[in-house]
Amino acid sequence: MLHRVIVVIATLVCSAMVMAGDVAVRAGRLHTANGPVIEDGVVVVRDGKIVAVGPSATTPVPAGVEVIEAAVVTPGLIDAHTVVGLAGYLNQDTDQDQLETSEPVQPELRAIDAYNSRETLVDWVRSFGVTTLHTGHGPGSLVSGQTMIVKTAGATVNEAVVKPAAMIAATLGEQATRDGGKPPGTRSKAAAMLRAELQRARHYLDKIESAEEGETPDVDLRLAALGRVLTGELPLLVTVQRHQDILTAMRIAEEFNLRLVLDGAGESYLLIDEIRESGIPVIVHATMKRAAGEAENLSMETAGVLDREGIPIALQSGYESYVPKTRVVLFEAAVAASHGLGVERALHAITLGAAKLLGIDDRVGSLEIGKDGDLALYDGDPFEYTSHCIGTIINGERVSREAR
Amino acid sequence: MQSKRNLVRLAVVTITLVSGLIATPALAREAIAFVGAHLIPIDGPPIEDGVLVISEGSITAVGTRDRVRIPKDAQIIDAAGQTIMPGLVDTHSHVGGGWAADRSAPIQPDVSVYDSINVRDSGFRRALAGGVTTANVMPGSGHLMSGQTVYVKHRAGNTIDEWVWRDDGGRPLGGMKMANGTNSRRDPPFPGTRGKSAALVREQFVAALDYRRKLEAAGDDAEKVPDRDLAMEALLEVLDGTRMVHHHTHRHDDIMTILRLREEFGFRVVLHHVSDAWKVADEIAAAGVPSSLILVDSPGGKLEAMHIGYESGGVLEKAGAAVAFHTDDWITDSRLFLRMAALAVRGGMSREGALEALTLAPAQMMDLGDRIGSLTVGKDADFVILDGDPFSVYTKVLETWVDGDLRFDRSDEKDRLWAVGGYGAGQPRAVGGCCQRMEEE
Repeated sequence: MLHRVIVVIATLVCSAMVMAGDVAVRAGRLHTANGPVIEDGVVVVRDGKIVAVGPSATTPVPAGVEVIEAAVVTPGLIDAHTVVGLAGYLNQDTDQDQLETSEPVQPELRAIDAYNSRETLVDWVRSFGVTTLHTGHGPGSLVSGQTMIVKTAGATVNEAVVKPAAMIAATLGEQATRDGGKPPGTRSKAAAMLRAELQRARHYLDKIESAEEGETPDVDLRLAALGRVLTGELPLLVTVQRHQDILTAMRIAEEFNLRLVLDGAGESYLLIDEIRESGIPVIVHATMKRAAGEAENLSMETAGVLDREGIPIALQSGYESYVPKTRVVLFEAAVAASHGLGVERALHAITLGAAKLLGIDDRVGSLEIGKDGDLALYDGDPFEYTSHCIGTIINGERVSREAR
Repeated sequence: MQSKRNLVRLAVVTITLVSGLIATPALAREAIAFVGAHLIPIDGPPIEDGVLVISEGSITAVGTRDRVRIPKDAQIIDAAGQTIMPGLVDTHSHVGGGWAADRSAPIQPDVSVYDSINVRDSGFRRALAGGVTTANVMPGSGHLMSGQTVYVKHRAGNTIDEWVWRDDGGRPLGGMKMANGTNSRRDPPFPGTRGKSAALVREQFVAALDYRRKLEAAGDDAEKVPDRDLAMEALLEVLDGTRMVHHHTHRHDDIMTILRLREEFGFRVVLHHVSDAWKVADEIAAAGVPSSLILVDSPGGKLEAMHIGYESGGVLEKAGAAVAFHTDDWITDSRLFLRMAALAVRGGMSREGALEALTLAPAQMMDLGDRIGSLTVGKDADFVILDGDPFSVYTKVLETWVDGDLRFDRSDEKDRLWAVGGYGAGQPRAVGGCCQRMEEE
């Protein structure tokens, strides 16, 4: 009996452990993301972590370790903002968990409670080399909920998770307003409601801080969640397109001393000086996002413009309500690369740049000793439409093989 | 009753006269020679160091530099390092915000998108920036038959009457939009099932055949001629094969239903979207029915598109079926139309097949294959100048020419706005300001 219990426990522990493998990858061109391209380079991964990177002539591969060859190898790609895993590919009511519309402000909704690690689109984006997702509650409500960071491998969310709570997702502008007389009905009302909620959360934190022992206030999950942006623990991710809404987000962030991350930011090219001086990073809208509605004035050159001006950026697949149900951040970076961002900087924006913006550059984003063994393998220039991703490796395990 | 036939004749004559007056686009008169380009003629192998000569809106010579005689008075344009291919032809676009059928009935053959297109929509400018020179502007897919489509050329002109393709008699050219599957299913009088969808379509075609019988039986006897029924007349154009059916469809079983109805009634049809084409490619090829595909970045978004992928172009090509692509703009962006063909190559289609699927194949699916779709002497001077390989992400459309007129020029600041976006790009043709006719821009 005791034996069986031990076996069961061992099985449970094993299944909850993140897989970790040994593998070596030899590349015709190795993009490390933190140094110059290495021609004929090798990356060695042991127990899921990178243990060696360098020219193949001087980087030995330990005996018995499988060597995979590819024309071009990059760090595993990072999609800096998506709803994949919450917004299912079938687009039926029952598989859409990225937006709860019953109330305009719900920061207590956790992404980890909705992420479907076996969703078809998780596999889909992984097959193009995407290994890390910043995903969760999407745009469309004033405060829609929390986001999280996951790897695109793992049978369960527990195996996939990197950060269970990454940011609190908010939206300003027309997209945050509601019909039928429900608040917020205008831009200004949305801003006023966000201020009021933040103020409430501040009172709540103050009450906890100043409470005598045994007299702490009742737990309020909503205010506690919002409080995490007031303390600076989590950034406030604000999806905005219009220039006036970008400024509103910056105004509120300054008033409450929040860490702001601008998301979408279609008209950010009109506010270069303001954004640069504030030091606020921007997760630029999908390059091929439809130029319609609030995003009618977006430009395929925005990522390049912001990057040249020294504004920290990352790229994203964003949210799609219909067909295609998701974009692929590799393709968005490709079009940005050809519209002023350039190949190296576009690659940076979906690897190390994204990792830094998301605060996960200690784990992923570049091919450096000690980082996770996450790699994307291609048979040519990764950005060319006609190239293929021939393999994706996460924590040293080959998780996608088919050429796509 | 006696006057009925005469009235018809009068109407036709009037249409011809009116269109004769307005359909005279400004054609570039002088000859222009583009010299030194990589030419992709489509109807023959690529030509290095080629020369393309155009005059009075038509192509007058295509070939290698040593073979083509350039007219003495021709304007010479150095196109070294550039690639020239035919203007892209889009079999399925929604630019211009046009709509046809309303919610009152599932089958509305007499309603035409012609009556609702906004030619000042910035979508047309973006299409030109993507190299599109002719498009089939369609009504939506929320009906079994949502109305008549219109074939539009993006030429210089101020009104839809000047943009529309016409037959020799001056009548506007277009097809008939149909759809099956889930989009056209809703509460009555719309169908609730696939079986009902097919039954409603059959019922209307049978009614049209009855109408034709009555017309034929009446002969010259004015007393017996039935009252004109514009819906039935449009359906008869479909049954006579003079109006192509452009049929939205996704699932393999819905594709087979179209082939079955076609077998029963003999209409001519182009399958559109055809997400499951790879499952029934042999059946499509055996029927000799062409397909116009859309490729999107990921599968899903709706139940019927759960198996859409990049492979269908290659699979259909290998099966021997005709393939074109379409933007379905706004589903995909006309500015990135070349990208779709490149994704098909990624999925296994030949480069040659994918290029033809952007040009000649779609032109043929609109019965315009003798006018456009290849760099061929005598065809319209509709072409695109690129700065590199058509399938490379780094390649840009530099210029788009229609009827020998430069319609998009990336080096022009205003045109560049349509190509890459920016502040004001979303405004419907307001950029030119007051009082400018569009052909003057």
